[in-house]
Amino acid sequence: MLEISHLTRRFGVLTAVDDISFSVAPGEVLGFLGPNGAGKSTTMKMITGFLAPTSGTARVCGHDVETGGLAARRSIGYLPEGAPGYAEMTVRGFLEFIADIRGLTDGTRRARLDDVVARLGLEGVLHQVIETLSKGFRRRVGLAQAILHDPPVLILDEPTDGLDPNQKHEVRRLIRDVSKNKIIVISTHILEEVDAVCTRAIIIAGGRLLADDTPQGLEARSRWHGAVTLALEEPVALEVVCARLLGLPEVASAEATGPRSVTAFAREGTAALPAVGALAAREGWKLHELRPETGRLDEVFRSITTGRAPGAGDA
Amino acid sequence: MRNVVIIFRRELASYFATPLALVFIVIFLVLAGALAFQLGGFYERSQADLAPFFNFHPWLYLFLIPALSMRLWAEERKSGSIELLMTLPVTPWQAVLGKFLAAWCVAALALALTFPIWITVNYLGDPDNGAILAAYVGSLLMAGGFLAIGSCLSAATRNQVIAFILTAVVCFAFLLAGFPLVQSLVAGWAPQTLIDAVASLSFLTHFSAISKGVIDLRDLVFFASLIAAWLAATVIVLDMKKAD
Repeated sequence: MLEISHLTRRFGVLTAVDDISFSVAPGEVLGFLGPNGAGKSTTMKMITGFLAPTSGTARVCGHDVETGGLAARRSIGYLPEGAPGYAEMTVRGFLEFIADIRGLTDGTRRARLDDVVARLGLEGVLHQVIETLSKGFRRRVGLAQAILHDPPVLILDEPTDGLDPNQKHEVRRLIRDVSKNKIIVISTHILEEVDAVCTRAIIIAGGRLLADDTPQGLEARSRWHGAVTLALEEPVALEVVCARLLGLPEVASAEATGPRSVTAFAREGTAALPAVGALAAREGWKLHELRPETGRLDEVFRSITTGRAPGAGDA
Repeated sequence: MRNVVIIFRRELASYFATPLALVFIVIFLVLAGALAFQLGGFYERSQADLAPFFNFHPWLYLFLIPALSMRLWAEERKSGSIELLMTLPVTPWQAVLGKFLAAWCVAALALALTFPIWITVNYLGDPDNGAILAAYVGSLLMAGGFLAIGSCLSAATRNQVIAFILTAVVCFAFLLAGFPLVQSLVAGWAPQTLIDAVASLSFLTHFSAISKGVIDLRDLVFFASLIAAWLAATVIVLDMKKAD
């Protein structure tokens, strides 16, 4: 269990993290979302014991990170932002150092080293010096270091930042692979990542926790949730279509979203698709496409972090 | 203790993974030899001892030791690996001690490699080898003192050049604490006890006592407690500033 309670950190007059509380249970992959400078890394540094909180507590597997720091740090695997490592060491030397300091003994040591090297595809660079590695490989070495001792808690600060799409895919697969029965917290500002790996998402901005929900729950807050887009085959007066759509009880608003397409936004808690389909059939509109929309996380993210109502001003 | 050994090994390996340790050792050997023979008049004195050799050690250390110690923590801070190290299950004391011992080991290796001059003096005459051994011990302890100061100042900054300069300045002050240059700074205003206290911190005084072959417990305690104090200061500085 990871329990964060009223965690606050001030740097001088700046409050980087402001009274954040949440807890994560085993099996959950928590996505930590927020704009740059929102306090994501600061929170992670406090969870891993690198930074002392100004007030509040963080407990990792029952150990307070301040009073039981060593025990807490033993149960955490941490990838700091930017995946720092010892530039002059070889990948093998570095991983062996981590294995030693994590107290892995002969039997498990070899097996764990082989496992992470295979998982992260590091066989080819084992004897290479870390500073000569590409950014992608450096990130993978950082991840290997974090999962080496098979910790119950994984804290990964922007694990896919700066990777190419293939590498991102690999890292996400790795996170899903290891996520069983583990507590995983990843910070990111890439929203597709949340859909791809997270079972839960927390949005913070300005150091405050603004939303704590499943990715689906967050998407449902989007006005695009349950919306339907109609693409018409021949030119029709779109105003007329909009007016007809607005006549449906399920439709909250309708607007032209292209030269020949109209989107009907559903009233909260209803599904617009069946009603809109029936209406189109009744009216005899020739449809090129009738497309159900899904909630747009980026729009929800923007509206939550900037404090504007969902969809206001950006369709 | 296990963790200290692991950190010590990693740190020592990284001294030799870069040219730093080799450059340090070679320059130390060349300068120590050159100073002893050229300026010290090793032959001309016609005395079977190593005084002209050891007399220059404080001054050699003054600018060579900061070069060895400047990277200890400043580099970790600069590269961000300090965040990795301090979130591993090690205590700050283990990390500080392991790194310090690695740097001290490099210095000890450089010192040990000066053995040809000891063979030379034994070949040429009949020196007091006990006194020479004592001087070696004193020199090693002084190097440890300088390194402990360097460790603390390296922890205070992420810039290695600043760490180098600060260390050289503080070491210089400790070196000359008993001499007019430093004494005149405190003599004007401080009470006599403080002036004496400052004077008692002088590396030169303690080192020259040992290098004459007199191993006095007080001199040993001085260097040991000095090292312990500066390492404790390193731990405190790290605790306060590690995340800056």
